[in-house]
Amino acid sequence: MNLARINWPDRIAAGEVVKVRLLIQHPMDTGYLQDLLGKMVPRNVIRVLTCKLGSREVFRVEPSSGVAANPLFEFFVRPTETADMHVEWVDDRGSRGDFKQTMTVIPASTT
Amino acid sequence: MRTSRRDWLKRSASIGLGWTALQSGSAIAQIMESGYLKTFDEMIRPITQGAKLLQQDVRLDAPILADNGSLVPLGVQVASPMTPENYVTHLYLLSQRNPVTQMALFHMGPWNGRAEIHTRLRLAGTQAVVALARLSNGEFRYGQADIIITESACVDAS
Repeated sequence: MNLARINWPDRIAAGEVVKVRLLIQHPMDTGYLQDLLGKMVPRNVIRVLTCKLGSREVFRVEPSSGVAANPLFEFFVRPTETADMHVEWVDDRGSRGDFKQTMTVIPASTT
Repeated sequence: MRTSRRDWLKRSASIGLGWTALQSGSAIAQIMESGYLKTFDEMIRPITQGAKLLQQDVRLDAPILADNGSLVPLGVQVASPMTPENYVTHLYLLSQRNPVTQMALFHMGPWNGRAEIHTRLRLAGTQAVVALARLSNGEFRYGQADIIITESACVDAS
């Protein structure tokens, strides 16, 4: 199962500014709370998350424990051509997440 | 030579102190100061470092009253043309009361087209949230919102 879900409008014309919604499945443990047995849960948050559209990095976020569990990020991009959106992140435990989805863009000449 | 008890204590204390000093870099984030409200200066100064700062162009879209501090939706809009000459490079979300002041740092650029971010925060109680934007010319803009939280995210409910 994918740990990331990414969503954008169905029809994207080249040069149009579109909203991208990105949802990551991650506990984002703060390191301040206890589990059911009263043991402290060590901090485990996403250190850095990047989104690359083609070869260009379009979005980078460095969250801390101040971001809610299963973080949602909404940002805007202006794609010019069909490209892969490549989402990558790494957390405190060193585990890496990786997700890829193709963003289809209608070229400006045909519209 | 037999080390006296006093010597041994001194030495172990110094080793201990040295070790904490080494560790403090990573441990500092774990210091809990939820009860303490930071002043605006304490929040902003480490980032702006005296650069020009104005309260304009940044709009926060947040609920006035959020029931659960563990999930507070927040939208930030910066009025910026986002052209290669004039754009927002970084956007900081700062909290007044959270144990970690800098909740998130977004890197942005002219390829975004619009300087707007939505996310969900975790807040330790009623406080002011500041969104600080760094422009490409090195200046800073900020906006703030007061959010009332009925249930803090840092209370251990388990």
